[in-house]
Formats: sequence, structure tokens, C-alpha cells
Amino acid sequence: MYIYPVWVRIWHLVNALLIIALVVTGLSLQYSGSDFILMPFKSSVTIHNTSGLLLCASFIYYLLANHFTSNGQYYHFKSKGMIGRALKQARYYSYGVFKKEEPPFPVKVGRKFNPLQKLSYLFVMYLLMPAVIITGIAMLFPDLLPDRIFGILGIHFIDLIHIITGFCLSVFLVVHIYICTLGNTPSSNFKSMINGWH
Amino acid sequence: MKKLLIIGLLFLLSMLLYAQEISTEVIEHSAENSKCFSCHGSSTYSYYNEVLERYVTKRMNPYFIIDSMVYYDQNHRSFDCIDCHSYDFRTFPHDNTLRMEPMPSCLDCHEGDDATADFNFEIINDEFHESVHSTKHSEDFTCWMCHNPHSYKIVARNSENIKETIVYDNNICLSCHADINKYQLISLNEKPNIIDKHDWLPNQFQHFAHVRCIECHTHTSDNTLVAHHIQEKEKAVKKCVECHSSSSTLLASLYKFQAQENRRKYGFFNAAILSEAYMIGANRNLYLNILSFIIFGGVILTIIVHIILRIVLK
Ligand code: HEC
Ligand code: HEC
Ligand code: HEC
Ligand code: HEC
Ligand code: HEC
Ligand code: HEC
Ligand code: HEC
Ligand code: HEM
Repeated sequence: MYIYPVWVRIWHLVNALLIIALVVTGLSLQYSGSDFILMPFKSSVTIHNTSGLLLCASFIYYLLANHFTSNGQYYHFKSKGMIGRALKQARYYSYGVFKKEEPPFPVKVGRKFNPLQKLSYLFVMYLLMPAVIITGIAMLFPDLLPDRIFGILGIHFIDLIHIITGFCLSVFLVVHIYICTLGNTPSSNFKSMINGWH
Repeated sequence: MKKLLIIGLLFLLSMLLYAQEISTEVIEHSAENSKCFSCHGSSTYSYYNEVLERYVTKRMNPYFIIDSMVYYDQNHRSFDCIDCHSYDFRTFPHDNTLRMEPMPSCLDCHEGDDATADFNFEIINDEFHESVHSTKHSEDFTCWMCHNPHSYKIVARNSENIKETIVYDNNICLSCHADINKYQLISLNEKPNIIDKHDWLPNQFQHFAHVRCIECHTHTSDNTLVAHHIQEKEKAVKKCVECHSSSSTLLASLYKFQAQENRRKYGFFNAAILSEAYMIGANRNLYLNILSFIIFGGVILTIIVHIILRIVLK
């Protein structure tokens, strides 16, 4: 079954590389000066800023492409019974896989994502990504930010949101990659993401 | 009840005394000075020309104009001009040899002065004499070059507003380094362009508005609030992480006074800096930091357990 069109694969590759670059440089900025140094401060600033802007572009591309192609349909969900379905999938990940049970929501025509995937992708792509991108861009224009937000320096408030969402994205990244090894074989999902076929 | 009343009265009395103390603080504008200001306070002056036998009006040398508002708002506001300048300046035309009079140095008055002991003038003096400005130049480079005798006012020590301090202190350096006319008083060499020389620093204008020149160009010492030991350019701070880290050197200089405070209050590594500026690398929150380690550790642990179970139960 052909489920990952070329544009999804290219977008996903670009997105993944940018996110990894952002996480690595973001950590070097956050922990600058400590013994833990991934990258020199000065290059981190440049790489982080450029990758951030590129990520913004790739994200807008993703939004538009999902809107104008049929890939967007996979992100629609019926709220009725969603929790039940998600729990079923969670039970599978934490118990069923070990018992060699069949996945409760196997990939089929018209259903690319299982309920947990759908929820987490929605959460990440439509909440965390916009938040991290908007706050990131805001910090490029510190002079335009309000002086104080809730009693603390405006830019610092924005920065807190940026760092917290960035952290959530890093956690997602790790979990996401691991969950992808739970396909038919540990590498099959990665192969699908390269050749498009499931 | 009676006790309360007495305490109340005492309190009122002390307030009154205090208020009186404040009011005596107002400097009486010396009548002596107003004569000097009548000429040195504006862009033109008049005098009686004995040859023409009438009053004439002339332009004042702009460098010799002193703003009386500024004068009465500075450290030495209680001074008469002739406390520092020769008594003979009271006559006009000023005597020609007066321009050669030696001027007092800060140390002439402040050395061993108890009232200003906190400032550590002697240490500042030593620091200055080791600085490039002193070692590379003649006696012409004195403290007065940076401390304008008619406008210098302590800022860093008194101001709550860090930005104000930064602007004030940087303008002292820029009065020469951005003004060829004053620079040439000291050196006839070509004046290096400050903006070009700091090309390597990204967001240059933002930096110059949020840190002082001396942050990078001096060697801070524990005994003085404002370091005066300006070092050779090769020794200037170029490493970003000297400031952009939770152990920022700014805590020992620009934020020295604020640094001890409210760190515990908010759990930020650098609460002092945070209230005034946003600095990448220096804005870590202690609690968030710990929390993030716990969450991340938990996730990794879960994954490891999951992998082990997958292998074992295969
Ligand atoms: C009638 C106007 C007038 C009055 C009053 C006057 N000055 Fe001047 N002063 C001048 C002018 C004009 C110059 C510049 C030319 C010169 O030196 O004569 C000058 C120059 C000076 C200089 C610079 C000397 C140099 O060349 O370095 C000093 C210092 C000075 N005055 C101090 C004073 C003091 C102190 C007073 C008050 C006690 C005073 N002046 C009163 C007009 C005046
Ligand atoms: C605390 C000491 C002090 C007091 C008080 C003081 N001056 Fe000066 N003044 C100086 C010094 C020192 C210089 C020489 C500055 C230099 O060489 O850069 C100077 C220089 C000057 C000059 C020449 C400016 C120049 O750039 O060469 C004038 C004019 C002058 N003073 C006028 C006055 C007048 C008028 C008053 C009173 C309103 C006054 N001064 C009060 C210390 C003082
Ligand atoms: C002619 C003597 C004299 C000279 C020269 C002099 N001062 Fe002062 N200075 C004083 C006196 C006296 C006071 C106390 C003034 C007062 O309390 O009104 C003072 C006060 C100060 C203060 C403290 C102000 C405060 O509010 O606590 C500073 C700082 C200061 N001077 C710096 C300098 C510097 C820097 C120089 C040299 C560039 C200098 N002074 C040159 C006599 C002098
Ligand atoms: C290259 C410029 C420069 C020179 C030269 C210089 N200073 Fe300063 N000085 C500064 C600056 C900048 C400040 C900070 C002013 C502020 O914000 O209050 C300062 C502050 C001071 C203070 C107040 C420090 C405090 O604790 O509040 C004293 C006292 C002082 N200088 C004395 C001197 C003496 C004495 C000399 C000569 C031996 C001298 N300075 C030469 C630039 C200079
Ligand atoms: C009175 C004018 C004047 C003021 C005020 C002044 N400078 Fe300078 N400065 C000079 C001159 C002139 C030189 C050139 C030295 C030389 O000839 O190599 C210089 C050189 C320097 C150098 C280069 C030293 C080197 O290794 O070549 C630095 C750094 C410097 N100044 C920093 C500062 C700072 C920081 C301040 C303010 C606290 C300041 N200056 C205030 C006149 C000034
Ligand atoms: C972030 C640190 C930093 C700040 C802030 C900073 N400088 Fe520098 N500055 C340096 C370094 C590093 C160099 C040496 C550059 C080089 O050698 O390429 C330098 C060089 C200089 C030189 C010597 C230029 C030459 O080649 O002769 C002068 C003068 C100077 N700075 C003045 C200033 C003044 C004035 C300010 C404040 C407006 C200032 N600096 C602020 C780091 C700084
Ligand atoms: C002397 C201390 C100091 C040094 C050295 C320094 N910085 Fe900064 N930097 C600051 C401060 C303070 C700010 C905060 C400005 C503000 O509050 O907006 C800042 C802000 C910045 C910003 C802007 C952040 C934003 O709000 O968008 C960047 C980017 C930056 N620095 C990069 C660097 C790089 C790269 C270097 C090394 C080449 C460097 N800095 C060296 C003190 C320093
Ligand atoms: C934080 C960065 C990442 C984000 C936001 C992200 C997001 C996504 C999204 C939205 C999809 C579904 C795409 C679609 O078909 O519409 C997906 C699928 C996939 N991703 Fe990622 N991804 C990231 C990083 C990675 C990385 C680094 C890898 C591999 C090393 C990876 C491997 C996969 C695989 C194998 C799939 C296909 C399986 C599936 O649909 O769940 N991803 N990813």
C-alpha cells in the first residue's frame, strides 16, 4: 500500500533534520558555559536562527500541502470514543506487543495512523510546532516585545514558552522514533518513510 | 496607650527632623558662581570694552560652555568654580598665564578622605595607572578625561536602572572613541572605528545597549565597584560564554549589586540579570531544569524497560 507520498517524505526528512539541528544547538545555547558543550556558542546562534526560519517555511509548506491534498484527511478525527480507542492502542503498546497480539488498528486504506499517532501528531503539529515557531520568531525581534508580561520581562516570558515547548518536542522526538520501531519489524516503518510503501 | 502616643510623637518628630535634613541638602547656588555662569552659561557673553567704551557681545567657545542645570546636579555641585580654578578668573579678560595653571587631581582631595573611603580612590588610581590609557599616553590622560569636571555624577552606585548606567558609562568612552575632536587631545593616530572593530559581535547595537564597554575591556576587581583597569585590546573579552552562561561574568560587574538578591526567590540561576535583560544561556530556571531532567530520564527509562521486555519476551 502506497501511503507516504513523495512530498510527505521530503517534508518529513527536512523537518526531522531541522528539528535535530535545533535541539542540538538549542541545548548548546541553554547550557553554554558548562562543561557540556555540543557546539560553540557563536555557531549555535547562527545555526539555531537559520534552522528555525527554515523550519517555519517547511511548516507552512506542510500546513498548505495537508490542506490541499488528501493527506490532510488522516488528521481528522471523531471525538466520540476517541479516548477509548486511544486507551486500546496504549494497552497494545504496553502489553499487547509483548503477547504478540495483532495491532488493534492496523494500517489500511483510509487509515494511516492509529488513534495514539493521530492524537500525538495533531498535538505536536498543530499546537507545539506553532508555539515554538511563533515564540522563536518573536525572540528575533526583542525590541518589539512588550516590556513586561505577568510581571516578568516580556522576552523572558516568551523564552520560557519557547524552551518548554522545545523540550516537549525533544521528548516527542525520542518517543516518536522509538514507537516507529514497533512496526511489523523494527525497521519496516523507517523503510516505509523512505520508499513510501507500507 | 500612653506608650503608643509617645512612640507616635517620637516618630513624627523624627520624620520632621528627617525632612529638615533633606531640605538642607538643597544646594545654595553660589553667588560667586553666577558671575562665571553669566558668561560660561550661554553661547554668547557681553563685556565692557574699554577701548571702544561700550558693551560688546561675543560668542563663547562652545567647549567652555557649562550648563548650570547639569553643574548643580553633579558630585561637586557644592563647589565654587574658584575652589578648583584660580581666584584670578574673576577678572575679565582672564589673565593670559591663567590657562597654564595646574589643575588638582582627584587624589589631591580624595586621598585618605574618610567621606569617600568606600570608593577606594587609591585602588582606582593604581588600576588607572596600569590601564592602556595611562601606560600608552602622557600625563595628558588624567581622570578628568573621563570624569568631566563639570558634569560627572555617580550613576552605577546609585541608579536602580541598569540601562541608565549602561548609557551613562558607555557615553564616557564614546566621548572620545566616537568623537575625533576629543580623541585628538590625546592621540594624533587614526581613530579606530568602534563599529567596524566590533564587527565580530552579532547584534552589536543590542549589545552596546545592554552591556558596558568596560565589561569586556577591563579586568574586574573585588575592591572597586567600577573596574578601571582597561586592558590592551588583545585581552578584551571575545568569548560569548563569558556572559552567555549561568556563571556570567556580568554578575561580578554590571550586576554586582543586584546579584545576591532574589536568586533564591525565583530559582533562576541569574535572577539579577533576568529582571533587566534577556540573555541566552544565562536564563536557566533551577526548578524547570531539574524537572526536565526527571521527565527526560523517565522517558528514557521507560523505553529501555520496553526494549528489554521486547527482547526477553520474544
Ligand atoms: C565676561 C565673561 C566671563 C566671565 C565673567 C568669566 N569668564 Fe571665563 N572665560 C571667558 C572667555 C571669553 C573665555 C575664553 C577666552 C579667554 O580665555 O579669555 C574664558 C575662559 C575661561 C577658562 C579657560 C581658560 C583656558 O584657556 O583654558 C576658564 C577655566 C574660565 N574662563 C573660568 C572662569 C571662571 C572660574 C569664572 C568665574 C570666576 C569666569 N571664567 C568668568 C569669559 C568669562
Ligand atoms: C572640581 C573642580 C572644578 C570645579 C568646581 C570647576 N572646574 Fe572648571 N575645570 C576643572 C578642571 C580639572 C578643568 C580642566 C579639564 C581638562 O583639562 O580636561 C576645568 C576646565 C574648565 C574650563 C575649560 C574647559 C576645557 O575644556 O578646557 C572652563 C571654561 C571651566 N573649567 C569653567 C568652570 C566654571 C565656570 C566653573 C564653575 C561653574 C568650574 N569650571 C568649576 C575643574 C573644576
Ligand atoms: C578640590 C578637591 C576635589 C577634587 C579635585 C575632586 N574632588 Fe571629588 N569631592 C570633593 C569633596 C569635598 C566632595 C564631597 C562633596 C560634598 O559632599 O558635597 C567630593 C565628592 C566626590 C564624590 C562623592 C559624591 C557623593 O555623592 O558621595 C565622588 C564620587 C567624587 N568626589 C569623585 C571625584 C573624582 C573622580 C575626582 C577626579 C576626577 C574628584 N572627585 C576630584 C573634593 C574634590
Ligand atoms: C577611561 C575612563 C575613565 C578614567 C580614565 C577614569 N575613570 Fe573613574 N569611572 C569611569 C566610569 C565609566 C565610571 C562609572 C561611572 C558611574 O556610572 O558612576 C567611573 C567611576 C568612578 C568612581 C565611582 C566608583 C563607584 O564606586 O561608584 C570613582 C571614585 C572614580 N571613577 C575615580 C576615578 C579616578 C580617581 C580616576 C583617575 C585615577 C578615574 N576614575 C579615571 C571611567 C573612568
Ligand atoms: C579622552 C579620550 C578617551 C576616553 C574618554 C576613552 N578612551 Fe580609550 N583610548 C583613547 C585613545 C587616544 C586610545 C589610543 C591608544 C593608542 O594610542 O594606542 C585609546 C585606546 C583604547 C583601547 C585600545 C587599547 C589598545 O590595546 O590599543 C581600548 C580597549 C579603549 N581605549 C577602551 C576605552 C574604554 C572602555 C573607555 C571608557 C571606559 C575609553 N577607552 C575611554 C582615548 C580615550
Ligand atoms: C562584547 C565585548 C566587547 C564590548 C561590549 C566592547 N568591546 Fe571593544 N573590543 C572587544 C574586543 C574583543 C576587541 C579586540 C578586537 C580585535 O582585536 O579584533 C575590542 C577592541 C576595541 C578597541 C581597539 C580597536 C583597535 O583595533 O584599535 C577599542 C578602542 C574598543 N574596543 C572600544 C570599545 C568601546 C568604546 C566600547 C563600548 C562602546 C567597546 N569597545 C565595547 C570587545 C568588546
Ligand atoms: C559582555 C557580555 C556579553 C558578551 C561577551 C556577549 N554577549 Fe551577547 N548579549 C549580552 C547581553 C547582556 C544580551 C542581552 C540583550 C538584551 O537584553 O536584549 C545579549 C544578547 C545577545 C543576542 C540577542 C538575543 C536576542 O534577544 O535576540 C545574541 C544573538 C547574542 N547576544 C550573541 C552573542 C554572541 C554570538 C557573542 C560572542 C561573539 C556574544 N553574544 C557575546 C552580553 C554579552
Ligand atoms: C520532531 C521531529 C519530527 C516530527 C515533528 C515528526 C512528525 C511526523 C509526522 C507528522 C508523521 C506522519 C506524516 C504523515 O504521513 O502525514 C511522521 C511519520 C514518521 N516519522 Fe516522524 N517526525 C519527526 C522526526 C522523525 C525522525 C527523526 C524519524 C526517524 C529517525 C522519524 C520517523 C518517522 C517514521 C518512520 C514515520 C512513519 C510512521 C508513522 O506514520 O508513524 N520522524 N512523523
